[in-house]
Parts: sequence; C-alpha cells; structure tokens
Amino acid sequence: MKVAVLKGGRSLERQVSLRSGARVEDALSSLGHEVVALDAGNDLVRRLKAERPDVAFIALHGADGEDGTVQELLEILAVPYTGPGVSACRSATDKSAAKQELREAEVATPDWVSFSQTAFSELGAADALDEIEARLGYPLVVKPARGGSALGVRFAANRAAVPQAVVSAFSYDDRVVLERHVEGRELSVSILDGEALPVVEIRPRDEDRYSYEARYEIGRTDFICPADLSATEEAVRDASVRTWRALGCHGFARVDLILGRSGPEVLEVNAVPGLTDTSLFPMAAEAAGIGFEELCGRLLDLATGRLRAR
Amino acid sequence: MRDLMEITARPEVISLAGGLPDTSTFPPQSFARQMTKIAQESAAEALQYGPTEGFASTKECIRQVMAAEGMDPDPEDIVVTTGGQQAIDLITKALVDPGDVVIAEAPTYPGAVPVFCSYEAETVQVEMDSDGLRIDRLAETLDRLAADGRTPKFLYSVPSFQNPAGVTLSAERRRRLVDLARERELLVVEDNPYGLLRYEGQPLPTLYELDGGDYVVYLGTFSKILSPGLRLGWLCAPPPVLQKVVLGKQASDLCTSTLAQYFVAEFFAEGRWREYVDSLCDLYRSRRDAMLESLARHFPGEATWSEPEGGLFLWATLPDYIDTTDLLARALRDNVAFVPGAAAFADGQTGRSSMRLNFSGSNEDEIREGIRRIGAVVSEQVELYEAITREGRTLLPEQDAPHPEPEAGADVVPLRRRGEPGG
Repeated sequence: MKVAVLKGGRSLERQVSLRSGARVEDALSSLGHEVVALDAGNDLVRRLKAERPDVAFIALHGADGEDGTVQELLEILAVPYTGPGVSACRSATDKSAAKQELREAEVATPDWVSFSQTAFSELGAADALDEIEARLGYPLVVKPARGGSALGVRFAANRAAVPQAVVSAFSYDDRVVLERHVEGRELSVSILDGEALPVVEIRPRDEDRYSYEARYEIGRTDFICPADLSATEEAVRDASVRTWRALGCHGFARVDLILGRSGPEVLEVNAVPGLTDTSLFPMAAEAAGIGFEELCGRLLDLATGRLRAR
Repeated sequence: MRDLMEITARPEVISLAGGLPDTSTFPPQSFARQMTKIAQESAAEALQYGPTEGFASTKECIRQVMAAEGMDPDPEDIVVTTGGQQAIDLITKALVDPGDVVIAEAPTYPGAVPVFCSYEAETVQVEMDSDGLRIDRLAETLDRLAADGRTPKFLYSVPSFQNPAGVTLSAERRRRLVDLARERELLVVEDNPYGLLRYEGQPLPTLYELDGGDYVVYLGTFSKILSPGLRLGWLCAPPPVLQKVVLGKQASDLCTSTLAQYFVAEFFAEGRWREYVDSLCDLYRSRRDAMLESLARHFPGEATWSEPEGGLFLWATLPDYIDTTDLLARALRDNVAFVPGAAAFADGQTGRSSMRLNFSGSNEDEIREGIRRIGAVVSEQVELYEAITREGRTLLPEQDAPHPEPEAGADVVPLRRRGEPGG
C-alpha cells in the first residue's frame, strides 16, 4: 500500500512527532509499504492530493494533528487514517470536554473547574476562587485545556501559587482546567482496537514530577510494564476501556490515570499517543508481544477496515 | 524548550531569539573577488589539510584584531579553532575532569552550559549587576569552595557586552578580577566575541591585556566581526595549556577549515576589515536604539532591561510571576520569539522571568514589530495576573502564603551533574 506518514507540523510537540514519524516510516517500509513522509505544513492538502495515498498514518501530536483538524481534512479527501475520528479527537484534546463526557459516562475523573481567559479578564472569575478552593482543595493542578506533554502544567501548593500557575497555563491555551490533585500511582493504559494492553506505571525520579523534559529523556523517569497492580488491575483496565468507549475512540489511544485511594481516576486521553522509542504505547504493545512493526501494521489494517465498514 | 526553539526558525516568526550577526551587508563582489583569487592562486593548498594550530597568515589576522583592542599576543600562543564554540569546548576538554568545578556568570552564555555539562563539570554561577561580574561575590564563592576543599578549574567570563545579560565588566572590576586571579591562582577564560562591536563609550582593556596572559586564556572569533559561517575562532593560552588544547583539537577535527582561513587572509589583505566592523557598528547601533525605544513604549512599567553599549543582546526582566518559557509558547502564537532566561542558567530554573533579546539579526521594522508583539502578550499576562489578584480579593499573595521566592540563591547555583539522581 502507499502510506502517507503525517508528522511534524506546527505544534509545540513537533520534535516528538518527527521522532514518532521517523520510527513509523521505518516500520512501514520494512513491512513492504510504499511510504511517503509528509511534514504537515500549508502544502499538506496539495501534497495529499498529488500523492493520492491509500491510507494516512497520523503521527502528529498536539494542535492540528491530534485535535481533529487533520482528521477532518482527510475525511474530505476520502483518505482513510489511523487512530480516532474527528469527534473523538476533538473531545480527547480538550481536557474539560473529555472530563465532562467521562462524568456523564460515570467514569471516575478528579473533580475540576474550567475557565476561559475572558472569565478572568471580563467576568471576575477570580472572585470564585474561594469557592473553587473549598471544592477542590490544595494542591491544585492547573493545566491548559488543550495541549499535551505536560506543557504548562503546574501544581499550586497554596493560594499564593495559583495566579502564576493560571497565567502560565493560559500561555498555551485560552482555556484552563483547575483540577483536584489526587495522590497516587501514575498509570497509563494503551488501548488497541478497544482492548487494553498491559498497564504502564510511571515513576518520576525528578522532584519536578512529570516535566516536559523528563517525559522525553531516557533515565529521568522509570517505567514499569506490566505494572504490579494485583487486585486493582481489573478496575484500571475497565476504567480505561470505558473511557475509550465514552469518547468513541477508534484504532488506538492512550488513557492516563491516577490510582488513588478511591480507585483509578482518569486524567486525560491521548488520541495520537507518542510512538518514539521511549513512548509508552510501543512499550505496552511490546509487553503484550506486539512488536513495533506489527503494531503499525495493525493500525493500518484498522484504518482501512474502518473505511470498508462504512 | 528545544521544541519551542525549533519553531522560532519558521519564516513567519520574527525571531529576536538567535544570536545572528547580519551577514547581508558583506559585499558579494568582495566575497567573489577573494574566492576567485584563492581559486586562481592557491586552489591546491586551500583544498588541502592545514596545521592543527592554524596558518601563520591566519594568526597574523588574529593579531591585527587583538591589537585593535590593545593586545599583543605571541603567535606561538595562538591556536585557530573551528569557531569560538570549539575554543570553549577545547579548553573545557583540556582542563575539566568529571566533578570539577567551573565558575560562570549568572546568567552565562547559553551555548557554554551544554559544554560544561558534557564534560560533567559542576557549574557554579556568580551574580552580576550592571557593572558585570560581582568580584566580591566571586571571592566569597572561592572561599566557600576552598572551605569544601574544592579548587575551580577556571572562571568562564564574557566581560564585554555579555551574552546574554548585555552588561560590561567595569574597568575597576577588570583590574580587581585580574588581581584576584593572580592572588588565588584562578585561571580565567575570557570569551570576547563582541569587544569590537562597541556603539558608545570608551573601550576597556581586556583581561588578557591587563594580566599579560599568565592567568587568562583568551577566546576570540571572526563570527561577529566578519561571518559565523566561516567557523573561525581562536584561543590564546600559555604554552602548557596550549599544548593540551592542540592535542584535543587534533583528536576533534585535525585542523580548522583551510578554505575559511585562506578567505580571511585574503579579506584582511585588502586592508579594510576595520571599515567593515565600523559599518556593522553603525547598523547595530541603530537597531539597538530601535529596540530600546520600542521596549520603553511597549513593555509594562514593572519590566527592566539592560542598555548595552555594544554587542548583540539585551536582557529584559519581567515581573516575577511571568515564566518566560511559558510566555514563549504564547508569543509564538503571535509569531515572535526570544530566548527564555532559564536557558542561561545551568540549573534551568533561575532566570525564569527574564529573556534575552537579540537586536543584530533583524531590521529596525522587524525589531519594532517584534517588541510590540512581545509587549502585547506580556501586558496580557500582567492584566490577567492583576485580574486574579486584584485589590479587595482575599487572594493577594502578601496576605497569605509568602510570595514565591524570587529564585533562591540567585548568586550561586550548583548544577546537578548528569547521571546523578534527579539530574
């Protein structure tokens, strides 16, 4: 098959995407596919029309690639693509929308409030901070509603730290989420075609917790796969699969959770999980006996199968 | 942050982030003439390997550049390097073993940080003010290290128009530094890429001149006065140090580009290199002035910035609740870029509310527009912060928990070494 690997783009996660894309290209070439690498820029549609690929492998992370934008363009061009569809991408990308859908589906997620920038600048949302504090407590996690890789995510240990954390988060998006901090084990569940792969536990070595730098540098975080969860494993897998269904995912996705005292709570969903050599999805697939080439092949099959199913 | 920096290279972005000199002013006819001459008269030699130390003809050009700042080095003490960056690398490679202490200014040249890290040095940074490195703080730091039984391998300093702070070490402090170095037997690595790019004020003696080359290793470059694309720099050091550097260079790349050295020799033979540097000074002076005017117009009252008398950069500091790494993400949405201050500190934490701004690589219109855009996003964040903390609210930081510490220990910042837990 002729496969267009979409990578790069303008998002803040460009570098990671280039690394994911390069690895996917190698795997697909080894599988005997004709691979066309496309760095997503303003000639993307023109090049897709010129190349006429049989299928597109989306290895874009962050804005445009993971939020439904590129998926929508591929729908218009009638090019099947890997990963979730437009609306699942849109929901997964906006953490406040995703959490709302999870709450409606009765999947546990830490309590939160979400504000736009105008809520603070025009409507005096700051005057609600007393109520927010009473409801969510400290420490608070402050994050941009959209955006991945922990960019702009801050812990506010007390009131004094909230304004700075909010200003930082608004650097990345015009909507922020203030979320109750749940103490617990950090878990990540990779889901392939609706099935949960072995759970990965993330143990940061850094006192900065889960920083953007640490996330992509070997040796700064320990990953344990499969995680030793004993009795709670089923609950973790179940919450992850129900999350997948609630958002209407397809192909693959990664669900990040925290395992606190009251069981697993879902933090966010990655519609296009990283596929670099230090990424969690390939690690989980490996633990399930699915090598990287096989994984890429499965994702292509799922993409073309979806088209046939329509 | 590397990802953010990559985005700064997009064509639609006004980048005040780079350290680029403007090479568009170098006359193409002159370039063609010199290269033609090389092709016609010395093609075989120019395409051949050269001596590791560099050609005598290149060293003669270097002596002219150094003489323009009052120095008179022995050609035997000079090694020609592949840019000034290699000179930093070679001196570190020659002197530093894992765990050794290197002292640097706070903030320091961001490109030096990864060099010190890669040789597993522990970088200790010493505070500066508007007169450059604080010698009293340096002496305290040396005392503290001595009490721990540690002797720093060298002090790395950019005394003139410092990158990134834009400040210049005063004449009086230069003398004190040279005296202190002698007294404490501290080797000083003086990196002077911008010394000749002075737009106002009186030239100051270099540390190398004041010291006579006993305790000062001098690093120079053609990058900012001619072209960074040539990759031509140099290092002057006393013979025992120089020998180790030459061995290191042999291992790294055998010799500096022969072709680039031939080009510089031809360019200098025309005798107009000072004219060219003067023309750059005129150009950069206007750009600096445009940036200073724009900062005064568009940055909020709480912001401060250095007013450099030369060089390529100035250093702006915003209210301490603004994190410039995050701000860069916001600024890039408006297609403008700068270097976040944290890049200039070995711990990656200090300097988080500061930024480095370059005024040599963009024209005046771009500078004005770029500063306007940065000013707008800074103002947006100031207003947002004020909206969240405004009078009458209980959330005023003063009333509750203490204000976030303005980067504790700003004078001395120990660097975690690679491989250490948490490093």
